[in-house]
Amino acid sequence: MSSAPITLTVNGARRTFDGDPTTPLLWFLRDELALTGTKYGCGISQCGACTVHVNGAPVRACQRLMQALSGAAVTTIEGLHPSGEHALQVAWRAIDVPQCGFCQSGQIMQAATLLKNNPAPTDAHIDAAMNGHICRCGTYPRIRAAIKVAATTMAAGTSK
Amino acid sequence: MIPRASLPWLSPRVPADATPHAPDQAQPDVSISALSGAGASRRDVVKWLGLGGLVLAAGAGGVRRLDAASGLSHNAEPWEAHAYIRIADDGTVTIVCHRSEMGQGIRTTMPMIIADEMEADWNRCRVEQAVGDEKKYGSQNTDGSTSIRDFLSKYREAGATVRALFEDAAAKEWGVPVAQVSAQNGMVVHAASSRSVSFGALVATARTIAMPSKERVRVKTPSQRRWEGKAMPSIDLVPMTTGKAVYGADVMLPGMKFAVVARPPVWGGKVLSVDDTLALKVPGVERVVRIPETPIPGAYMPLGGVAVIAKNTWAAMKGRDALKITWENGPNASYDSKAYKSRLLDAVRTPGKAGRTVGNVATALASASRTIKAEYYMPHLSHAQMEPVVALANVSNGKVEAWGPTQSPQDARNAIAQYLKVDAATVTMHVTLLGGGFGRKSKPDFICEAAFLSREVKAPVRVQWTREDDLRNSYLHSVAAHHLEAGLDASGNVTAWLHRSAYPAIGATFAPNVPGAEPDELTNGASDIPFDVPHISVEICPAVAHTRIGWYRSVNAIHHGFAIGSFVDELAFTARKDSADFLRTLIGRDRVVDLSTAGLVKPASNYGATWTDHPLDTARARGVVDLAVEKSGWRGAALPRGKGRGIAMHRSFLSYIAMVVEVEVLPDGTVLVPKATVAVDAGFIANPDRAKAQMEGALIMAMSNILYSEVSFAEGRVVQSNFRDYGVTRMRAAPRVVDVHLITSEGLPGGVGEPGVPPAGGAIANAIFAATGVRVRELPVGKQLAGWQTGKAED
Repeated sequence: MSSAPITLTVNGARRTFDGDPTTPLLWFLRDELALTGTKYGCGISQCGACTVHVNGAPVRACQRLMQALSGAAVTTIEGLHPSGEHALQVAWRAIDVPQCGFCQSGQIMQAATLLKNNPAPTDAHIDAAMNGHICRCGTYPRIRAAIKVAATTMAAGTSK
Repeated sequence: MIPRASLPWLSPRVPADATPHAPDQAQPDVSISALSGAGASRRDVVKWLGLGGLVLAAGAGGVRRLDAASGLSHNAEPWEAHAYIRIADDGTVTIVCHRSEMGQGIRTTMPMIIADEMEADWNRCRVEQAVGDEKKYGSQNTDGSTSIRDFLSKYREAGATVRALFEDAAAKEWGVPVAQVSAQNGMVVHAASSRSVSFGALVATARTIAMPSKERVRVKTPSQRRWEGKAMPSIDLVPMTTGKAVYGADVMLPGMKFAVVARPPVWGGKVLSVDDTLALKVPGVERVVRIPETPIPGAYMPLGGVAVIAKNTWAAMKGRDALKITWENGPNASYDSKAYKSRLLDAVRTPGKAGRTVGNVATALASASRTIKAEYYMPHLSHAQMEPVVALANVSNGKVEAWGPTQSPQDARNAIAQYLKVDAATVTMHVTLLGGGFGRKSKPDFICEAAFLSREVKAPVRVQWTREDDLRNSYLHSVAAHHLEAGLDASGNVTAWLHRSAYPAIGATFAPNVPGAEPDELTNGASDIPFDVPHISVEICPAVAHTRIGWYRSVNAIHHGFAIGSFVDELAFTARKDSADFLRTLIGRDRVVDLSTAGLVKPASNYGATWTDHPLDTARARGVVDLAVEKSGWRGAALPRGKGRGIAMHRSFLSYIAMVVEVEVLPDGTVLVPKATVAVDAGFIANPDRAKAQMEGALIMAMSNILYSEVSFAEGRVVQSNFRDYGVTRMRAAPRVVDVHLITSEGLPGGVGEPGVPPAGGAIANAIFAATGVRVRELPVGKQLAGWQTGKAED
């Protein structure tokens, strides 16, 4: 490829990409950076397993092409919290949300944005925010509960 | 942290203090052997011996100590062991998990049972994942809801033996009677002298003294258990919530290539010609490789096709899209779901092969005061596990090493050996975490593809199936039709029960010219019904397979449960009786039935268990109905139109489960589930919170099966492509409350992973009827309920 390299930050580190600019972010993260917490589930933004934050907003990494990411700040599940103790991660463990665990990175990343924008979501808010994420194990009721627990701990200022 | 017991779906029976350690404390090490290719061979038990410590193997013949001195290793003297336990000199306990983790929690439940019996310190326990090795581990096939029901007592005995061994070692060191010492949380304590010593410090002695006799080994009494039967946080929670858990596509090897494969769209199809000119021009694409087609039925062998090998996944996908392939579609090119549905329904209108015969159903139907008939249809389903199948393999120096999310590493190992025509001893199959399994990952065709391609391109190759591949080239859950007919006497009691089913057989994936399912498949929840009816005939009718059929969570019990659960409700409605009361009457008086002598056609399978251990116990069936009725508010105030409750009970995988599901049907036909109540009698339950999670998941998967999912065929090809047209349950419709009640029992364990699905299907359909008056007999519900309020609903 003759295109100019694309420079961006991923979890705070400066990264350069010089491959096919139409490559989705998902495959740059997984195949080149070995950040495998972001999952491939459908490739057409139907399942949410690849959700990451781009400049703070939740994005389906399977649909966001590298050519649109010059200068962008990307956060993946690995970078959500330096020691993996975001209030959501803590709540997820307290409630034992995951079964197979495969979709949970995307679920947590989506929920993190929800709580950032809406510190006290109702069931309806949660349903609307999370409806784009599929979990075949059926952890939805626990996800709902864990989001509420995290909201409570964040409101109490106890989250790290 | 919020107390677990305050959460709505956790029944108050789980003590709030049951958590053995706070989840934010150090978790047991959760290494997976697959993490490192080079390191994997070091996991070998024999080599463990060189690392010091004490290594024990528990098998059918008891617990043995493996030590280099006696030359006792699995290579020297193979026997079926299932649990390997190593206690290092520093006291670290390593337990090898021989079953695959796909969300059911076995990587937590198996070690917690052993560690509990051992009196180990949970925070010093590690879990390692076993590679596929039949001689070393016995069956590792993680299906049939078997892991606990087959191994509970063996895990317990293994742990109790280790505990006795350490107590013996301490007693010997201290010169005191063994009765005066006791193991407690990784230590052995002599209360009389206030002395204690760690397991690690006892390893040297424990390696040399005699193994405890069988009489000496005492499995704990229920009150002595610390973790078994209580909620235990899953050991993989930290990696799963931080993106560090290793699934099939997360294993990397230096120099690895990425492959995406174009497979025949029709089962039995072949490549006629390939033009790969454009594919090879895609940047990053390195090669195009033909995979030979396997003649059908191909069992676990790959379908064949054309693989694009690239430097990364994206290039491989783009390269595959650029291939121009002409296919010859073969004998299944006209498979069409609409036409096939008619054929199945025709089939069930004619008597089939007997699966169970009691009395004379024809005579009883003729003399009944009323007869009721209904037919049900359920389409093919895809597992649609969130992780599409994927595998990595490296063939070099005459050895095959493979990594992947497999439910059955031994089948994978043997299939690779068969496909590559090599000795299975040269194949190592590493098991990663499974991003969902549900039966799809019992079939190792995708792992064989990776091994084949690695050998072809002389580099490690990962084969990534796309979601479309996963939906279109899977081993699908069988399409099924059911014809049910019952006779009622003047009081509304059921006097005759005729049930005919037709569905293509899983056996057709493994053998040619299979005319249909065998009568024994009816023992998966159709002929083994706990109903007290004097005249019963359960029959199987012919159905030829036109695609690969495979196991899918609960297997035939999915459609058996839906049809039977719905029909019982239809009978109750006809008899003008409360559905729960009717079900209770149908189950009848409490009795224990050995169905192998009560009309079932031999071999009269019972999920691999004996009828003596697991007879049909109708008191348990009635018990779960009563519990679900009591806890659900079934007898409470009637719900307004648009809302309704449905009940169903089903026995499968040796467990009895009743569900009351409450639905709300919106004017546009959308079905929501505000609440479900689940009553479970699965015998002893080792890990109640995971059992509850399985019930939550089973209900939500049953919602997908009933409400949304369908794989259909036209011109031999799967019509659906991805989650856009293959519907599954999403958050908005997911239950608000799943109230799971586990009956406390010390009885032999039944399955937990699968048996929740079948009763949920019937209960959902019955709740929809209660809410709308619309009886859904053809699945999925889909848009059938649109306009139900104005009577525009389709039939």
